[in-house]
Amino acid sequence: MHEMSIAINIIDLATDFAQKENAHVIERIQLDVGTLSGVLIDSLSFCFDAASKNTIVENAELVINAIPAKGNCTDCNNHFDVEQWPSPCPQCGGYFITVSSGKELKVKSITIN
Amino acid sequence: MCDTCGCSQPADAVTFKKPGEEHHHHDHNQDRIINIERDVLSKNNSVAERNRGYFDAKNILALNLVSSPGSGKTTLLEKTISKLKNTIAMAVIEGDQQTLRDAERIQATGAPVIQVNTGTGCHLDADMIHRAIHELTLDENSVLWIENVGNLVCPALFDLGEAMKVVIISTTEGDDKPLKYPNMFMESQICIINKTDLLPYVDFNVEACKNAAKQVNPSIEFFELSAKTEDGLNDWLEWIQHQAAKE
Repeated sequence: MHEMSIAINIIDLATDFAQKENAHVIERIQLDVGTLSGVLIDSLSFCFDAASKNTIVENAELVINAIPAKGNCTDCNNHFDVEQWPSPCPQCGGYFITVSSGKELKVKSITIN
Repeated sequence: MCDTCGCSQPADAVTFKKPGEEHHHHDHNQDRIINIERDVLSKNNSVAERNRGYFDAKNILALNLVSSPGSGKTTLLEKTISKLKNTIAMAVIEGDQQTLRDAERIQATGAPVIQVNTGTGCHLDADMIHRAIHELTLDENSVLWIENVGNLVCPALFDLGEAMKVVIISTTEGDDKPLKYPNMFMESQICIINKTDLLPYVDFNVEACKNAAKQVNPSIEFFELSAKTEDGLNDWLEWIQHQAAKE
């Protein structure tokens, strides 16, 4: 259940930035979460609600942009959507795939008041 | 601060009044968007880089052992340390939710050891390693073993500052585990298949397991051994000595 640690990291990061801006309330947090990041979005939302109680993040809306995974085949240079890891290259069947997107786990922005 | 809503506006800064009306109104539309663009684990990752710098400076090979509970991490460490302790200086950080049991087993081998009990936590993080290495005396040109909490999911996400992750799978588990828990096999450079002495009694297919792991991570390297009977252990011991000399 690493989503709890992830949620606490998000709250700490958002709070640090909000305090630098002298904000008292965080209205919204925008996240990029790749489908191969190893984070379960439902579980993250649940942990976020629990961990944000009694902080300036409480009641903040968590907006999660799920970033689809894309792979690059190192054998035939094909660029393709990865539904699930591992997946063979749909063009040549090879497994030497580098992930070009889908591992993101990032706080994009916060909306403060 | 405004007493009504807690916004940053001084309570008396803007007032709108009609004769006979006491209540004050002010503008709540002061939302500002602050761009952050920061990795959620950036704090962990910067502590991990600090650990890595420390290991580099002292020429320490730090290896992060990850697996399900019961794969034989501690037994492998006991055997490895007993065999190599006269050749290489080694120390151990043991991660478990509770108890000093693993640390006591390692201490019996003579290696310096510290136990990190994570309580309800399911993984070690870089700060725990940072604090642990302050408590341990690490020699230059040594090997630091980090035995992570037995968990094939969460420790994959947390960089500790190690040179590499070593994932251990035992033959009493399913040989399709690399496909079921791909993140850990993606993040590991080495895969040890342990408990090969039990192969005649279990349905584990070594080649199927290796193929599954290679699908997830084509560059992963394997060692097949039994920490208990020491069959296959020599290749592993040679590899460590080679890696430690390279550092």
